[in-house]
Amino acid sequence: MVEAILDIKDLRKSFGALKATDGVTLDLRPGEIHALIGPNGAGKSTLIHQIAGTLKPDTGDIHFLGERVNHLGVAERARKGLGRSFQVSSLAPEFSALRNVMLAVQSKQGSSFRFFKPVMHDKSLTEPAMAALERVGLKDRANVPAAELSHGERRQLEIAIALALDSKAFLLDEPMAGMGPEGSRQLTAFLDGLRQEAPILLVEHDMDAVFALADRISVLVYGRIIASGSVDDIRNDPEVRRAYLGDPA
Amino acid sequence: MMNLSRENWVSLLLLALLLALPYAAIKFGNPFYVTLATRMAILGLAAVGLNIALGLGGLVSFGHAAFFGIGGYVAGILASHAMSMQPLNFGLFTLPGSNQMPTIWLFAMLVGGLLAAAIGTISLRTSGVYFIMITLAFAQMTFYFAISWPAYGGEDGLSILMRNQFPGFNTMVPLNFFLICYGVLVAALILFALIKNSRFGAALQAARQNEVRVASVGIAPFRIRLVAFVLSGMIVALAGALYADLNRFVSPSMLSWHMSGEFIVLIILGGVGRLAGPVAGAMLFVMFEFLLGGLTERWQFFLGLVLLGVVLFARGGLVGLLAGRQRHG
Repeated sequence: MVEAILDIKDLRKSFGALKATDGVTLDLRPGEIHALIGPNGAGKSTLIHQIAGTLKPDTGDIHFLGERVNHLGVAERARKGLGRSFQVSSLAPEFSALRNVMLAVQSKQGSSFRFFKPVMHDKSLTEPAMAALERVGLKDRANVPAAELSHGERRQLEIAIALALDSKAFLLDEPMAGMGPEGSRQLTAFLDGLRQEAPILLVEHDMDAVFALADRISVLVYGRIIASGSVDDIRNDPEVRRAYLGDPA
Repeated sequence: MMNLSRENWVSLLLLALLLALPYAAIKFGNPFYVTLATRMAILGLAAVGLNIALGLGGLVSFGHAAFFGIGGYVAGILASHAMSMQPLNFGLFTLPGSNQMPTIWLFAMLVGGLLAAAIGTISLRTSGVYFIMITLAFAQMTFYFAISWPAYGGEDGLSILMRNQFPGFNTMVPLNFFLICYGVLVAALILFALIKNSRFGAALQAARQNEVRVASVGIAPFRIRLVAFVLSGMIVALAGALYADLNRFVSPSMLSWHMSGEFIVLIILGGVGRLAGPVAGAMLFVMFEFLLGGLTERWQFFLGLVLLGVVLFARGGLVGLLAGRQRHG
């Protein structure tokens, strides 16, 4: 059996009486896109936060690249290769697109405790950053401050940052949200190729994109995975249709 | 041919102005103004230090007077022990006093840095208003400690009978002492410019803009901020040592919250996060203090009006007015 890149076992997290994550077991294998879908309030964001390290689970295990990472913070998990995009774009707004990506390159290279060499003249930072921007089609916008980029461009920039980190797995939280149909199509095509580099755990509401991309789909409802399987399995699962796809059957 | 940006031209212009001031003062027979220029340089230096934490890192410390005062007390205490020939007794070891500026500066920065590390380690776990309040609380603790500790003058402060010495200069000549302070200011500005454009500066400025983003590319904001806070405290402590030598007097007022507030005002007047902002701010502040202070006791009322104007209409401070909006590569 192929070893999973990301392996989540019996994860639980409660807020008071609310079981936001109720025994979730999930894995992400090399080369796949694993989509996580579920209605609003199903606990998708809570789960993502626990995987990224912003929230601590009550019980359960998270293994990344074979190592238990429960005790690690956000920065440490990112350094291990967990690349992430946010539901609402999260960038350094005053910095140009290029400098946003350069920050990831500098982290990837090791220490940020270098005080003298100017970053803008450091080709070991600018060149990989430019390459990442080019891959997502933002090369011409490299010098524009992130705050002045369009919504769709900001989403692309987040992906470029995750690419520059040389991530071993991508955690993409609604990358299509707020994108026009053309943007969604382009991003879908891009993610389709990206899975060869590193597997993607994709949280997405755009069902066209999910059905087009996913190798596996897991459905989260009230903090539990109620079904997990191929696109066809999920499409035809009666419980999923009842709980999520709004089928009265 | 060097291709300087508008901001760098403004910085050079301000520094040239500051350098010209004491020479003009002597030429026109007003040597008192040399002391004013020295005050500008020293307050500017302290503000450069705070600008690392506040301007680059967005850490609004309301407690930097603690580092300023500690630097001042290091200078005063070492000088008084040098004068009395009594070594400082730390129990396990003793340390001779010193009246040499380079030695005093080194100790001022060391002690200021250690204090900043201790205060920063605790304060930087908070943010926003809590950070402002906790830094204020620490500074007030040092203030009351200085007041209630009789060994070095307590409330009355501590006089430095002879200004400390610098190899090759007679520091009692006001122009010489100005040049020393000016040199330190320029060195600090160069350091600030290097840091701002470095990897460390990139991480620090990004953490100000978006902490989550910095963490999620794998850089822990806390450590970056702590180092910035310590560097900042060291430079402010150095400024404090010079300030003690300027007045030849140290008192708990150097540790008071007015002082912390004054540093913040300097930076806002000059331009937050801008290279020459602290210099511009210190020049404006000392000028106001002198010109308006000569006319009315209530000069700070007018300073308040100016500050209001800057905050409402010129967010970038004086440097922002002269050099336009800040651009990040």
